[in-house]
Amino acid sequence: MISDEVRTQSNIISEYRYTTGKIDKGYNNRTLYVNVGTGEIREKPVTQMMKDKLIGGKGFGLWYLWNAVTPETRWDDPENEIVISTGPLGGITQYPGAGKSLVVTISPLTGMPMDSNVGGHFGPLLKFAGFDSIELQGKSEEDVIIFIDGNEGIVKIEKSPLKVSDSHLIGEQMAHVFSENEEDKKNVSVVSTGSAAEHAFMGLLNFTFYDARRKKIRMKQAGRGGTGTVFRNKRIKALVVRFRGVNRGLNNPVNQDILNETGVKMHREIHENDAKQNRMREVGTAGLIEIMNAYDLLPTHNFKYGSHRDASKISSEIFKKMVTQNMPDGCWYGCSLSCAKAVDNFELKTGPYKGEKVLVDGPEYENAAGLGANLGIFDPQYVIEGNFYCDTYGIDTISFATTTAFIMECFENGIINREVTGGLDLKFGNREAALELLHQMGRGEGFGKIAGLGVRRLKQIFIEKYGADPGFLNDIGMEQKGLEYSQYLPKESLAQQGGYGLTNKGPQHDEAWLIFMDMVNNQLPTFEDKAEALHYFPMFRTWFGLNGLCKLPWNDIVPADNKKEADPTKVPGHVRNYVSIFYAVTGIQVDNDEIIRQSERVYNLQRIFNVRMGCGRRVNDRVPYRSQGPVTVEEYESRAERYDGQLLELAGFDPEGKTTAEKMAVLRKYREDQYEKLIDAVYERRGWTNNGIPTIKKLKELGMDLPELLAVVEKLQ
Amino acid sequence: MIQVNGRNFTWEDGLTVQRLIELKRYIYPHKIVRINDRIIQEEEYGSTLISSGDDVKVIHLMAGG
Repeated sequence: MISDEVRTQSNIISEYRYTTGKIDKGYNNRTLYVNVGTGEIREKPVTQMMKDKLIGGKGFGLWYLWNAVTPETRWDDPENEIVISTGPLGGITQYPGAGKSLVVTISPLTGMPMDSNVGGHFGPLLKFAGFDSIELQGKSEEDVIIFIDGNEGIVKIEKSPLKVSDSHLIGEQMAHVFSENEEDKKNVSVVSTGSAAEHAFMGLLNFTFYDARRKKIRMKQAGRGGTGTVFRNKRIKALVVRFRGVNRGLNNPVNQDILNETGVKMHREIHENDAKQNRMREVGTAGLIEIMNAYDLLPTHNFKYGSHRDASKISSEIFKKMVTQNMPDGCWYGCSLSCAKAVDNFELKTGPYKGEKVLVDGPEYENAAGLGANLGIFDPQYVIEGNFYCDTYGIDTISFATTTAFIMECFENGIINREVTGGLDLKFGNREAALELLHQMGRGEGFGKIAGLGVRRLKQIFIEKYGADPGFLNDIGMEQKGLEYSQYLPKESLAQQGGYGLTNKGPQHDEAWLIFMDMVNNQLPTFEDKAEALHYFPMFRTWFGLNGLCKLPWNDIVPADNKKEADPTKVPGHVRNYVSIFYAVTGIQVDNDEIIRQSERVYNLQRIFNVRMGCGRRVNDRVPYRSQGPVTVEEYESRAERYDGQLLELAGFDPEGKTTAEKMAVLRKYREDQYEKLIDAVYERRGWTNNGIPTIKKLKELGMDLPELLAVVEKLQ
Repeated sequence: MIQVNGRNFTWEDGLTVQRLIELKRYIYPHKIVRINDRIIQEEEYGSTLISSGDDVKVIHLMAGG
């Protein structure tokens, strides 16, 4: 622990004083700019255009990033920024799930703008400290911390006194340094990453919050796309905000009564229905494990299969016994859905903290599915251990899991061996090897350091250095646009293949999750149906990220009478809630159509940003065949009845008497052709050209025909 | 033969909603069941018979992620 003398040491590099203000209808109308290279700190006004067209959150982040970089900017250039923003509804305490921040940066994995959403208290406290966003630019020559005192109106860049490099310790020590006592820790939130982000491209950012009942610092993660890697490359050790005085009225909404009434209705609904629906308060998202397994959707062995006989060993019933029950586990005040589960007093078995008893946030579904099933390791203790170390080292669990699964398949196919891995026996199911790979990543040494570069770069290395077959690696390497797939098996759902492939940032399920609507419910039988879903749901989900909201209270709990709605999958009752609370805070009356248009403006901005960075075209939306169908003979033959039936019924090909290789080739051609037709339909629905470029007509319809956007797309129409 | 979510499924004598859910391994608890557009309440799954030719929808309200 840092000694108290450190608190009084003067290590100030730069200081800026500002006048604290009052939020007006959800906006401070100013943001904060910090350059850690030059020491410049200043305020920027939020323009009316930003509020009208970009709303907040991801919209603000993308806009600032757009104006900070050029098409030539790489992730580690000083001009790259990390922008953290809430949104106009961020920080309200009346409605569940209103503590989210959106982190935007040029990603080391994709070379394009990345957006990653995260809970924890930083975003709301930043907002109450006076800023709708913070931009971090430049590169420091020494480790620094940035401190925002939201009550005194001071922003400082200081030399870092920290001797530790992992997030669970940085979070604790910074909370200690910047609070006056235990009670005061609730007013402090710390953003940091861990030791692995020094080397790995999949570094994440941890956002802390103080758990008053446990009296512990906890962390939520902005996991995707290497935001932590950029943070450490700028040599920022910690970003700290302190604000004392959180209360229910700080957003100064135009109609407090509507906000209160809508919130009370929602809390009652959660109280009455959660135990009968998704049990978020009991097990969090880990409850999906056994369900995905039962429907053949749980990725196992690098997405080869969708179920495994040992999946019950990592089911929610197992984790339910490990996570502490009856705790109000919300990651922001007022979230009664309380899905932020935690394991208390977990004794670590490996690594630098071996023997210590720690608090582990999670496990969430992605942790258990990725670290567990996808690596063929059905051991809950190992899942918790891996979860802890990924977080504190600053490693995205999803990218780590998908990368390690890829490595394991390469290892089992003889593409790499122990000589390459430095002795690690990286076969599926080997938990010791998987954990050692993770620790190597933390130390920045051995094969772990190479693995931290992610699937796309590993494919190049394996091809160039070890003579691997490019076709096979591109088929089994589960990345697209440079980002590793999250943990759902999309093979049997064309709509979900698009839900992953036709995203802006890469294959993350937060845009569209259509597996059940498509594969099980068969609600999207035509290309037009799928295209409509791949328009509506990504746009609707984008809206959460503009406003500082969490997606889970939208559809991981639904009203009891939702089944009577004409389209229950959209949870119309909750859409009405969002219309109400948006008005209640901002005074702006919207309807469902306007929500979609608000999102479309930002979605198209992001697409054009991708185009500007050299991506964002049809070729970038194609997906590895492992996500579309069986790559290997054993994959096909494990579900031969299903595939044979599809050949006969859908592809018009009689499989009788044919070899597996012949059948696989026909199935592949059929499925790849289907995906191309899907792309055509989705681009048309979204108002894009056949090459995936937003049309000028569409931009005009949306009021997004801004000169800087038109300059990018005009020559590509 | 019946239709289940728009796909053919072999009908059997005495087929109830509960039995259909078991046969299809629809373990996800939060579903909407409709037979010929009539909503079937969960407490009626065991007693509601499905007739040959019925159009059955078992909509999983699973939106994930």
